[in-house]
Amino acid sequence: MVSPNTPTATDAAASSATIIPDVVIRLAGNSQDGIQAVGGFLARLAGRSDQEVMTYMTIPSTISGGPSIFQVRMGSGEILSSGDRADVLVAFYQHSYESHRSSLRPGGVLLYDSDHVTPNPDDKAVTAVGVPMTSATVEAVGGSTKEKGKNIYVLGLIARMFDLDVPKLSQLIKERFGGKNEDIVRNALLAFDAGYAYPAENLRSCLYRLEKSPVANARTQVTGDGNTILAYGLLAAGVRYGSGYPITPWSSIMETLRTELPKYGGIFVQAEDEIAACSTALGFAYGGHLSVTGSSGPGLSLKMEALGWATMAEIPLIVINVQRGGPSTGLPTNIEQSDLLQAIYGSHGDTPRVVLAPKNVEDCFYIALEAARIAREYSTPVLILTDQAIATRIEAFDEPDLAKLMVQVKPDLHPRAPDFKPYPLDGPTRPAPPGAVMTSGKYPTVTGLEHDELGHPTANPGLHTKMTEKRREKIKSVAASFPAPELAGDESGDVLLVGWGCTYGPIREAVNRLRAAGVKAAHLQMRHMHPLAPGLEQTFNRYKQVLVIEINDEGLYGYGQLATLLRARFCNPAITSITKTDGLTYKVSEIVERVAKKIGLADTTIGTRKQSILAVTPR
Amino acid sequence: MSAPATPAPVVPASPDAPRAPLTKKVLVADHPTWCPGCGDFAVLASFYKVLEKLNYPQEKIVTFAGIGCSSRFPYFVNTHGGHYIHGRALPFAAGISLGRDDLHVFVFGGDGDGFSIGGNHLVHTARKNPRLTYVIMDNSVYGLTKKQTSPTSPIGFKSKTDPWGAMDQPINPMRTLLNSGATFVARSHATQVNHMVEMMLKAAQHDGFSVVEILSECVEFFEGAFDGAVPRKGGTWQPIELKKNDGTPEDALRHDPSDKLAAMKLASEPWPGKFGIYYEDKVRPTKNALEQKLIATTREKTKNASDLELLSKTFARMR
Repeated sequence: MVSPNTPTATDAAASSATIIPDVVIRLAGNSQDGIQAVGGFLARLAGRSDQEVMTYMTIPSTISGGPSIFQVRMGSGEILSSGDRADVLVAFYQHSYESHRSSLRPGGVLLYDSDHVTPNPDDKAVTAVGVPMTSATVEAVGGSTKEKGKNIYVLGLIARMFDLDVPKLSQLIKERFGGKNEDIVRNALLAFDAGYAYPAENLRSCLYRLEKSPVANARTQVTGDGNTILAYGLLAAGVRYGSGYPITPWSSIMETLRTELPKYGGIFVQAEDEIAACSTALGFAYGGHLSVTGSSGPGLSLKMEALGWATMAEIPLIVINVQRGGPSTGLPTNIEQSDLLQAIYGSHGDTPRVVLAPKNVEDCFYIALEAARIAREYSTPVLILTDQAIATRIEAFDEPDLAKLMVQVKPDLHPRAPDFKPYPLDGPTRPAPPGAVMTSGKYPTVTGLEHDELGHPTANPGLHTKMTEKRREKIKSVAASFPAPELAGDESGDVLLVGWGCTYGPIREAVNRLRAAGVKAAHLQMRHMHPLAPGLEQTFNRYKQVLVIEINDEGLYGYGQLATLLRARFCNPAITSITKTDGLTYKVSEIVERVAKKIGLADTTIGTRKQSILAVTPR
Repeated sequence: MSAPATPAPVVPASPDAPRAPLTKKVLVADHPTWCPGCGDFAVLASFYKVLEKLNYPQEKIVTFAGIGCSSRFPYFVNTHGGHYIHGRALPFAAGISLGRDDLHVFVFGGDGDGFSIGGNHLVHTARKNPRLTYVIMDNSVYGLTKKQTSPTSPIGFKSKTDPWGAMDQPINPMRTLLNSGATFVARSHATQVNHMVEMMLKAAQHDGFSVVEILSECVEFFEGAFDGAVPRKGGTWQPIELKKNDGTPEDALRHDPSDKLAAMKLASEPWPGKFGIYYEDKVRPTKNALEQKLIATTREKTKNASDLELLSKTFARMR
């Protein structure tokens, strides 16, 4: 228990609780209110309770302050998206209430701070519960801490409403604040207790309990956001060196690497600009290390000349691009998938390049391992195209088997045989890092000029053709190492929904709804953007329509970036596009509606919950 | 092409068995592509001599460059090395040096590469102080692209981009380097082979970011640019005399390279100015040393935990 006076849910209250499969809670306040912390606690609690969880957050692109939300969806079933609309809205301020009231499903619960919010008295569509969150927190914690701790008070309130595991939550609070001074832990627990102890009769009609997960997970669950997991994936993949320049939303990856790498004997350099960052990372790679650089949209553009060099000189490098809204500074804290063509075709000249895209937070870990494998085996830059939504959302997933997966990379300094060629035409390029003795006595030059097999510059037309072909065939051959993309749903039929990146969850849920309504539908989420994985053509041919769902513009010719690529590749007129550019992730209902229109269904709202689960579940 | 096999296992570099000393014969690679009479030939010949004197293991020497006439340098030296993109050789070389503290890294480039497109990197590499040597072969004109104004072209210099004479204030390389915090700053002239050898040797022996600017005439596009410092062309050669600390009255007039203010004064003298070591800071630690120290103290805190132990602990915290 939290503290001696921690109240416990009475048996009477517990027995009146309604059992629900999952719930969507939206916390709306300002960016300094610590609502991300509450969301984080709930997400980690779900992870520790073998429940599925998905979160979604927005942060303002201002330095401090500004409206911010954090949405958590947790439950016992498969949670694929953070939920279209909320069952519970916690409104800290009047503006939070006004902006987010519409996100609340009819029958849902509005939990508002009665010190700050006056809801519309005529609004009978939801259950409104006013709690003096601000004054009650001050009363509980006392002193001058003032409104700080309000977030933890709300956590206590939610824990009471949903009969959450109090010992686990208080343990999480202790872990989170444990490093700080005793007062902070004490105050946090006091605020939590006060929220939890809020008189139950006031919440009488709002007591719920989440269904127990049917099967406990075999592996321990871990909880984290996409950027953090990607950084740890790089560590597992053997990356020990890197360089970057701050830009949102990439920065947190470089912060993690800068802090973590010295523990592993590595170095991360904050460079003076994006070009220098890419160059320093390539310098590490030339020295024989596995190295990373990264950025977001505009920064990737700046790195392009250096990446062209890396393709020409055949140097391995991992490049992260956390996509955001563009062009230019665009929407720096919003999601967009508009860097695909830049990632694949950016840079000058014929620059074939490997591009991978993780489908969710967990996949960030495994895609880092795959990128490292490809970069090393093929001695080439590999781009990981993640996005703002994956970067910032929290998911719980199976803890990776590190003992099995971790890779050690050291410069390969063995003396090179007399017939060593830095750029052989008939085999893979295996760079000889400095420090490696050349038994031929001839030391190699790595170069951005077109070169012969020994690295000497040449403008020989035949050789440029051969070397271009070599670089192209090398990247083509990477595709053979890709597994066939996972297909979910009907093996053939009316419609195949194709997505990439953060749209994985909403598309999968949309397909489930369509199939439940009798549509022969399937879902394919692409992780290997370039080169394309084998077998796509045959898969596409089995559906009347192939709809490519992306968060980017339809462009001058009416197709999103991936759709453009797939149409060019397969010349299949069944491939068309569903795109949008509102800077937000897709809602499931949005996808269902757009697909329904495309395939001519009468009902475009199939499967949409018209009412909150909190209202419709019988008592 | 099939998927290649896993890279061969790492074999440690052979122990320092006795070796034949490095000679010019071993160090010569491709024949230079420079125009006959180019000052860069003399810089290259001097660099061979420097390497002979340093006698580092051949495989531990790295020569890198950006883009420009002088940046072809690495093709002509038989060591590990490469030819990077325009203006960015310094951050690349910093990566080599920081990642591989066992190597001896030399960067070559021209005035356009270093002071124009690479200006930002020059400033920040000086700030970071990685252990490497940078030789700028300054001809005060863009030669590879055939006579455009460069950042060190004097006002009034007639080029294809300033047919009526250059109007932008040229960079003062010595002042720029001193301001940026380079820990070794020297200046030499391609007609003075012994001086060049001495400057490059001292630069290589400096523990930090060392820069030597060498005035190297482009006979095609800026003939006679540096005659002001060539006695047989009517100029004056004024080497910097360094303090000997012998207590003599004439020693008071000699230059103390640890005195940054005196170096700034020297750097502000009228054209053609003086040649020699302007500044050397032997105290400031290199970024190499600072990063290694950070690693050592961090590893001490984690009690030298293995990589697997470290990452497992991190994931345990996310449960």
